[in-house]
Amino acid sequence: MKSGRKATASCYGDTDLAVLKPFRYSPAGSVQDLLFSRWLADFSPRSLLIVGLLFCLWPGFAMAQSNYSFTQALDALWRWLPFIVTKGFALNLLVSFFTMLIGTIAGVLLGLGQISPLKPLARASWFITQLFRNSPWLVLLFIVMLALPFEIQIGDTIYPIPDWLKAVFGLSLPIMANISEIVRGAIMSVPTGQWEAAESLAYTRHQTLWLVILPQCFKRMIPPWMNWYAILTMATPLISLLGVEDIVNLSRQAMEAEDNHPELLVPFFGFTLIIFFAYCYPIARYTIRLEKRFVVNQ
Amino acid sequence: MTNNDWTPDQPLVSIHDVHKSFGDLEVLKGVSLDIMKGEVICIIGPSGSGKSTLIRCVNALNTIDSGSIKVEGLEVHDPGLDKLELRKRVGMVFQQYNLFPHKTALENIMMAPLKVLKQPQAEAEERAHKLIKRVNLGGKENSYPGELSGGQQQRVAIARSLAMNPDVMLFDEVTAALDPETVNEVLLAIKDLAQDGMTCILVTHEMGFAREVADHIYFTDRGVIVEHGPPATFFTEATDPRTREFLSQIL
Ligand SMILES: Nc1ncnc2c1ncn2[C@@H]1O[C@H](COP(=O)(O)OP(=O)(O)OP(=O)(O)O)[C@@H](O)[C@H]1O
Ligand SMILES: [Mg+2]
Repeated sequence: MKSGRKATASCYGDTDLAVLKPFRYSPAGSVQDLLFSRWLADFSPRSLLIVGLLFCLWPGFAMAQSNYSFTQALDALWRWLPFIVTKGFALNLLVSFFTMLIGTIAGVLLGLGQISPLKPLARASWFITQLFRNSPWLVLLFIVMLALPFEIQIGDTIYPIPDWLKAVFGLSLPIMANISEIVRGAIMSVPTGQWEAAESLAYTRHQTLWLVILPQCFKRMIPPWMNWYAILTMATPLISLLGVEDIVNLSRQAMEAEDNHPELLVPFFGFTLIIFFAYCYPIARYTIRLEKRFVVNQ
Repeated sequence: MTNNDWTPDQPLVSIHDVHKSFGDLEVLKGVSLDIMKGEVICIIGPSGSGKSTLIRCVNALNTIDSGSIKVEGLEVHDPGLDKLELRKRVGMVFQQYNLFPHKTALENIMMAPLKVLKQPQAEAEERAHKLIKRVNLGGKENSYPGELSGGQQQRVAIARSLAMNPDVMLFDEVTAALDPETVNEVLLAIKDLAQDGMTCILVTHEMGFAREVADHIYFTDRGVIVEHGPPATFFTEATDPRTREFLSQIL
């Protein structure tokens, strides 16, 4: 059957001109794509229990001779907890939402750009995708942080750009690039026959894409999209390095207010780990479940 | 784009000296044939001889390198051609059905009339119901392609193509992927069409069927038409050794 060989070409109008080199795509939702979610979702309840136990045993051997007891440290954490969660972690989530929103919109556009029949547009989209997909996130963050002004003037009013918003732009870049790949991959995974059938029925390219191709790959894009959301959320503490008052920075401030006892480190940052885990674990489990369901349905 | 100077006494589809290469491989080496309105022709030939390539050129799914293909006077490979105008006149049915899996049978049939021809919903729906009955699938309106057998899917695909009211239909080995027991129901649907006066170009391996419905049979090998004739003489009086060998293998 010829459909495999012509998979790339059909997206470019004239069906028999291969424009890109054959593109090897692992269907969205395959093992490689969901590495992170798979890893996260693979924590069994038992291993969680063991980690929890170790955590509780900690004061027994580590802090025996200290005058600042572990209980005091936990007390401090307890006092600061509402502040850390509602001011710090909430900001991490806020950043993750906005990043995902902007990254998804930009990524979908870029992904559609990659399969455009206009070659310059396709090339440029491909280049941007590769560039931001393979750059270290922290470097992108720093660049955006330093490149964006701290305020902009529209008309007579001056709008400040808060640091967290700049961080959103910075993190949006790699997310955009990865979503772009998800979109392109999902589109390429639709058999060429679908393009040809639609073309033969006199659909325009635009109609083919929006009425025939995209509705079919929408579902396949969800698991990898969620996978990236979990990765992103776990990565948001990076913004603390840029001075954004996220959960990590606020925890540090809280510890400072408690006289920087070293005993505070484990409870405070342990809590940070737990809360990220507690938030992302269900997402990862759900991602894997969805993906399994889609694989079965195919 | 209007229909320049074509009149019904001229060939509906006129293929003249068409050449086509994929890279270094010359797949069509000067193919010519004419099809009059209402005619049914069958193209037979060994695998790789360029049958699919040829009919895919007729609705511009493939481009040609030289020669000319005219459908109702529209020059198919004129760069200024409105491909949509051409494809509204040429229906195509594929070996792999290629139904849209996320749409029901009825939606598959209705969608192009609605979106491409901009027919009103009620009209498109009424016609879709008629067509689905015509291919003998009354009751399957709301089934998704995944819930239908190969033969049923292929009949939906035929109805989907008919819904555009084409002037000529292309069939590319439409029964080749089917279970033997469902081949007949699809052939019946095509026969019904042919007897109704639809102009059809069929690529097929079903010799019995070709003999029954075709007005003219073309045998292709390695990119050329080796031999052609009406079925009455084609099967019995073929002279070219390649045709005879092919026929002896397949009959
Ligand atoms: N898009 C393409 N790119 C490169 N080569 C192609 C392409 N499409 C077809 N070919 C080659 O052209 C030749 C003719 O193919 P074609 O599909 O027209 O043959 P066919 O007569 O329909 O054969 P079959 O009976 O197997 O369907 C084959 O060698 C095929 O490999
Ligand atoms: Mg073929």
